[in-house]
Amino acid sequence: MTELLRLATAGSVDDGKSTLIGRLLYDTKTILTDQLAAVERTSKERGEQGPDLALLTDGLRAEREQGITIDVAYRYFATPNRKFIIADTPGHVQHTRNMVTGASTAQVAVILVDARAGVLEQSRRHAFLASLLGIRHLVVCVNKMDLVDFSQARFAEIRDTFRGFAAKLDVQDIAFVPISALHGDNVVSPSPSMPWFEGTPLLGHLEQVHVASDRNLIDVRFPVQRVIRWQATGFRGYAGTVAGGVLKPGDEVVVQPSGASSRITEILAPGGTPVSEAFPPAAVTVRLADELDISRGDMLCRPGNRASVGQDIDAMVCWLTEDAELRAGASYEIRHTTATTRARIDRVDYRLDVNSLHREQDVDSLRLNEIGRIRLRTASPLLFDGYRRNRDTGSFILVDESTNNTVGAGLIGGAAETGPEVVWQRTAVERAERGARGATVWLTGLSASGKSAIAVELERRLVAQGRMAYLLDGDNVRHGLNADLGFAAADRDENVRRVGEVAALFADAGVIAIASLISPYAQAREQARQAHLRAGLRFVEVFVDTPLEVCEARDPKGMYRRARAGEISGFTGIDDPYEPPEFPDLVLRPADGDPSAMAEAIAALIGG
Amino acid sequence: MTTETIEEGKIIDEDAPVVADNIEALESEAIHIFREVAGEFDRPVILFSGGKDSTVLLHLAIKAFWPAPVPFPLLHVDTGHNFPEVLEFRDRMVDRHGLRLVVAKVQDYIDDGRLSERPDGTRNPLQTVPLLDAINENRFDAVFGGGRRDEERARAKERIFSLRNAFGQWEPRRQRPELWNLYNGRHSAGEHVRVFPLSNWTEADVWRYIEREDIELPSIYFAHTREVFARDGMWLTAGPWGGPREGETVHRKQVRYRTVGDGSCTGAVESGADDVASVIAEVSASRLTERGATRADDRISESAMEDRKREGYF
Repeated sequence: MTELLRLATAGSVDDGKSTLIGRLLYDTKTILTDQLAAVERTSKERGEQGPDLALLTDGLRAEREQGITIDVAYRYFATPNRKFIIADTPGHVQHTRNMVTGASTAQVAVILVDARAGVLEQSRRHAFLASLLGIRHLVVCVNKMDLVDFSQARFAEIRDTFRGFAAKLDVQDIAFVPISALHGDNVVSPSPSMPWFEGTPLLGHLEQVHVASDRNLIDVRFPVQRVIRWQATGFRGYAGTVAGGVLKPGDEVVVQPSGASSRITEILAPGGTPVSEAFPPAAVTVRLADELDISRGDMLCRPGNRASVGQDIDAMVCWLTEDAELRAGASYEIRHTTATTRARIDRVDYRLDVNSLHREQDVDSLRLNEIGRIRLRTASPLLFDGYRRNRDTGSFILVDESTNNTVGAGLIGGAAETGPEVVWQRTAVERAERGARGATVWLTGLSASGKSAIAVELERRLVAQGRMAYLLDGDNVRHGLNADLGFAAADRDENVRRVGEVAALFADAGVIAIASLISPYAQAREQARQAHLRAGLRFVEVFVDTPLEVCEARDPKGMYRRARAGEISGFTGIDDPYEPPEFPDLVLRPADGDPSAMAEAIAALIGG
Repeated sequence: MTTETIEEGKIIDEDAPVVADNIEALESEAIHIFREVAGEFDRPVILFSGGKDSTVLLHLAIKAFWPAPVPFPLLHVDTGHNFPEVLEFRDRMVDRHGLRLVVAKVQDYIDDGRLSERPDGTRNPLQTVPLLDAINENRFDAVFGGGRRDEERARAKERIFSLRNAFGQWEPRRQRPELWNLYNGRHSAGEHVRVFPLSNWTEADVWRYIEREDIELPSIYFAHTREVFARDGMWLTAGPWGGPREGETVHRKQVRYRTVGDGSCTGAVESGADDVASVIAEVSASRLTERGATRADDRISESAMEDRKREGYF
């Protein structure tokens, strides 16, 4: 059996990276006669002495003409035991983007250091990026040893410096090999010039590095990719690629996000051969004992070990485009496992200087090649794990919806924690001492959508359970708190702002504040949400999504009729816009039942 | 008994299954890609030439959706310079698996003057226009190809999901970063995505998979006796595309083909390899790449492949 090992190489042309790869390909007899002949021809045309092995890896004409490397290239070579895929990433300015791309699938990173130059800023950057992307094995090749007289002292000095800062990184396995890629010393065969080196040459090391335990074989995660049905035999199975754990027939599983449970009856390899177990990265089809409503983007887990479910997520993001910056407030398509939804960047916590690892606070954007920690909010919940726990369920990409480009690479840290982050005049009573945990439920929707009926029902239900709840009704507050406000856009914003602040005070006092108001503008609702997040309070946005025709047919106060007749102006849904929430916590539609059922759904969400 | 410990975030399971077998890992990756495309695109199609790579592609597609049928048709760009064994094989595969076949014929374009025959008689470069027309007319939005990154150095930089603009062109400097196994197939109207599930396979992997899965190939991949003549260091065969020129003598030789393309420019190699095992032995001993050995069109210049890719070729 031949094992597959994926490598990423890091280093610049000056470090001799292309020469090293050319040497590996050449010495493993991967380079064939016609390819070598082409390289020799070009080298001769350029007046170089001997074949320039770097030419083997420069794929595009522009690269050969300009002597640069544009993009990630993939190379392949094999030994009797292993097949290697090298993601070869160039070392110039675009380096961070390309290295993150190449490292995303790699198990081992090969980092080149020029023996004359020693450990440079870029060496630190390479090691940090490898560790950030979850690569557990580093091989540091100290190259051009021939130019430092094969000095053991020089090698030891570089090794010790590198180890010094790598200790701060999350990498368990670092090997150091002194080489000369140009002459082949310690690449494939031991170097006669460096008898003092007792380690294994690079290729031998790559053949032995132990990666079997790097995969997560504990947390069962199976993102459903496609439901395969075949009427002729009544076949129904769930196709996907195992992202974690070991699945076996007979295992109890739970389907996220629905929570439905069932049992695996059969696991089929591609083509239908039954198998006794499946583990990453196998593509299989899983059949269950029960007919459940499962679709692409759902995930099978074990009942006692589920993926996190959430819409507010903290992540490290590497920005991949020069066309536009990542900005707080912007929205993107997010692709995560087999699910696709939308995400809005809530804030940028800090930008990381990849050379010094210094965190720059007070930033609200990221540019090409920059890495920072962000919080985002998704339109529907993601089923995820932290990236360090599971690469497949902990990674995502952001796609710009206007250009369709992949613009961001994300590594999930975990579910966002809500905690007080602004200085607040502290009172003598801590929130935990208030006995009850407050929150705000914000119902938004058109006039006559049914908000008030649901809110009344929810308040009644919570109070009956002995919880403190208080309804802030949009009509009622206009009699007092907001008696001075009309219905112009600015007044509506102020109406929402005041109710948002009051709700936050109620929530802080330990009450479930139920705000029921049309609140037609997305930005004003967002401000209300931010007021809660700043204070570390839960804010649950419920969109009462009753179609306009239905609301207009109900028209209990005759307002729609008057608006249609032109007797009143600026009426939401008629001549003033309603901006539906993009990222609600819950959507209620008429089909979801009566106000009581809807109130129950909200109560379930807030744990009542 | 399984022992599980978690140490500094590293998960150690001493009874862990071994590292993925190369061929199984490559198969899983390709199957994953097929299923992604089926989930994300409306009108995919598999480019099928009857060559070994596209035959492996079809085999993987059948496995990916089993027991349901392959949810997309095949597209063959017919140069008119076909090996009869390959056409017969193509039709038999279509019948056997109940597939729909779309054929775009270069000959039609030559007949009505939209394309003209090249002085050297080769038609591989003429495939691009009929291919793009077929994609546009059928509104195909994802086109599977059997391209591999190890084939040629411009292909080493190709993505698995490769966006093509409205003219089918590849823009190497505008490629999307491709991370983890998350593929971005978003495209605008008129654009399409070329998808290469075999990107990470080498020629040796393809042959080992053919052996493991016992995949049937057109007979010309195995040693047979054929009348051939030498040109540009390759053994070419006579056909409707023409025969030996003055000074080129015909020999009877035992040969086989390493690639299947336009008959006018695809060369045979002398070989006694008459089954998959002996082909594998021969390929691993060979010191020439398959394209370098047998494809005149790839030897025209340093950038032959890159230029054709930019024009919309695979």
